[in-house]
Amino acid sequence: MPAKTSQKHSSISSLSARPVHPASLISITDLSIGEVRRILSLATELEKEDPQQRAKWLRKRRVALLFYESSTRTRTSFELAAKSLGADTTLVSSLSSSIEKGESLKDTGITLRALGAECIILRSPWSGGPYLLAQATGLPVLNAGDGMHQHPSQALLDLRTMLRFLDLKSAKVAAHALAGVTVTICGDILHSRVARSNALLLPQLGAKVILCGPEPLLPETAAQLGPGIVIERDFDHALRQSQIVMMLRIQAERLAGLRLDLGEYTAKYQANGERIAAHAPKALIMHPGPIIRGMEITSDVADGPQSAIEEQVRNGVAIRMALLARALGTKKGARA
Amino acid sequence: MKPLLIRAGRLLDPANGVDKSADLLLREGKVAAIDAPGRIKAAGADLIDAKGLIVAPGLVDIHVHLREPGQGYKETIATGTRAAAAGGFTSVCAMPNTIPVNDSPETTRWMLAPERGAAISVYPISAATRGSMGETLIDYAAMKAAGAVAVTDDGKPILGDDIMLATLKAAAKVGLPVIQHAEDTRLTGGCSMNAGPVAFRLGLRGMSVEAESGLVERDIRLLAKVKGAHLHVAHLSTKKALDAVRQARRSGLHVTCEVAPHHFVLNEERIGNYDTHAKMNPPLRAEADREAMIEGILDGTVDAIATDHAPHAAHEKEQEFERAPNGIPGLETALGLTLSILHVRHKMPLDRMISLLSSRPASVLNLKDRGTLSIGAAADVVLFDPSESWTFHATDSLSKSKNTPFDGWSMQGRVKQTICGGRIVFSR
Ligand SMILES: [Zn+2]
Repeated sequence: MPAKTSQKHSSISSLSARPVHPASLISITDLSIGEVRRILSLATELEKEDPQQRAKWLRKRRVALLFYESSTRTRTSFELAAKSLGADTTLVSSLSSSIEKGESLKDTGITLRALGAECIILRSPWSGGPYLLAQATGLPVLNAGDGMHQHPSQALLDLRTMLRFLDLKSAKVAAHALAGVTVTICGDILHSRVARSNALLLPQLGAKVILCGPEPLLPETAAQLGPGIVIERDFDHALRQSQIVMMLRIQAERLAGLRLDLGEYTAKYQANGERIAAHAPKALIMHPGPIIRGMEITSDVADGPQSAIEEQVRNGVAIRMALLARALGTKKGARA
Repeated sequence: MKPLLIRAGRLLDPANGVDKSADLLLREGKVAAIDAPGRIKAAGADLIDAKGLIVAPGLVDIHVHLREPGQGYKETIATGTRAAAAGGFTSVCAMPNTIPVNDSPETTRWMLAPERGAAISVYPISAATRGSMGETLIDYAAMKAAGAVAVTDDGKPILGDDIMLATLKAAAKVGLPVIQHAEDTRLTGGCSMNAGPVAFRLGLRGMSVEAESGLVERDIRLLAKVKGAHLHVAHLSTKKALDAVRQARRSGLHVTCEVAPHHFVLNEERIGNYDTHAKMNPPLRAEADREAMIEGILDGTVDAIATDHAPHAAHEKEQEFERAPNGIPGLETALGLTLSILHVRHKMPLDRMISLLSSRPASVLNLKDRGTLSIGAAADVVLFDPSESWTFHATDSLSKSKNTPFDGWSMQGRVKQTICGGRIVFSR
């Protein structure tokens, strides 16, 4: 039968055959458990460090943020993380640059590289965009969310949030660290890159992931994403089994003709005070944001004592510092 | 032009049930004589030694996109037909989704003009509707008179029930087949690959199997209402659609279908990390569908292997997966892949395999005197070594575009010489 043989004769013909810089983070599955542990430990180390000292890690290194979608928390979080480590950042967003004029992602990436960028943080509305950018530039690329595919830095900051809630040290991160822990992810799973990244990461550490939502937002095929994932249509039933609950917003901009009865949706899947008190009174409530209050979550829950939403945001900066230090090497010449 | 005497090859002519060692004489653009080795005396003929080679009818591809007029940066009729010749093809049928769409006798004649520099025979296929917009039928009789061999809106389906019915009726009246790109586009908006777990993992919207099979089933229902109509399903890719064709044929309807090599060689996993060289429409499907294509080929349901040769410039494919255009070139890999998979792996007899690339597609689109070595037929011949292993390199391709998923693949069965109308159009 035909088989793929040596590429050396013709590797130039295909961009997709080019390698991705190993310090990139595009899919959460790029990371071994050991790497996850090192990133979490480095995040803690960097967070504790004196700001003056910390600013030496990436002094004068050049980081480009390339954002094709609007984003408040992820962009600011990456930007603060880079600046905390002393890097120079430049923001290229779709509202203020040649990318609006139709320049391709490949050409934009090559231009940024020529301008001295050593690492590119990409937010793209297109699934898989970061692979193209990494293959075209050879630079480390950090995926800040690509289409419906992944948002791996979010999964890492979520993990950090969960570990703190469970009182587990990051040094303990290993294959069974989350054995016995059940995490429900509820809402618009189909369109959520956060859901995919978390559902691929958490079972690797032994957690059980319950995906919850109505069929149009959660097709049966989702259970085949990876091991340790089950589908549960009954939110209350899912809540009763869960130590951690992650709520997702409905991504109206990606619904593409899907019709949804919002009244019915909130009745069945909204995290409100009454429901949480009845079925998950001790669970940690998470949300990657942006929140649509009164829709997937009510204010009493979002702002209540079980909510980890603000802590998630805080953890974001620490995780992204670690990812940048890993991507660019460190002042100590060591890579996480 | 001097006569050509091809000596001592294994002559394979499935249309006539021929499989024997023989000499073949081509004269004045036609097959002139076939006889036992050494028996034909042809003074002044050029000699070709075909010992150890298969001598078969030149291959026929009824589904190619030559991109002219309008998109010469992707391919031209000259480059596309040279790639075809290198792949052993001597006749190709050119789809009408050019710029402008081939919906006029002028465009058809332009494609057929000698200035295009075609290396082999080109048969234009007419649009079914004005601009392939799916609204207004065009004058099929005029298109046929200009040289069109079928009608289709390929790239798009003929979607409306009324317009499809009208197309079948009008085409039947002038004796042209209707080729359908079976995709219910009402169900595939924003989709870039096959629906299923791989699409979910990659965060890509998936085209369902039903978007293909549903339209095939609809077309078959309409076909049953039109006497004398012929429906040909282009690039069929799902088991469900294949089953519909199989059943319709059992009930006596004139429905035929083709399968592209990539649909019986690759499955959706080939997309890997968003490789746009694995993006085409219909998309690569699940493994079970790929296996069903093999089965349909082996049991005879599939009438033709057609490449859906769809070249694109590198900068077009070097985009985010969802933004990249659909399609891959296929002319230079079709024979090698078909031999490797159908003959070597699935033990399909060579003559049956060759018929899927020659006589059967020629008869689907009524290409007279093509795909056969009958005396008096066109002197279209391919000589290939069925046992030679080789590696395909996109950089060596004669097509303008290199967007193939088969770059670096080793395959078995290599074209040595292609002869079209008695002229050698490719040799290695
Ligand atoms: Zn088509």
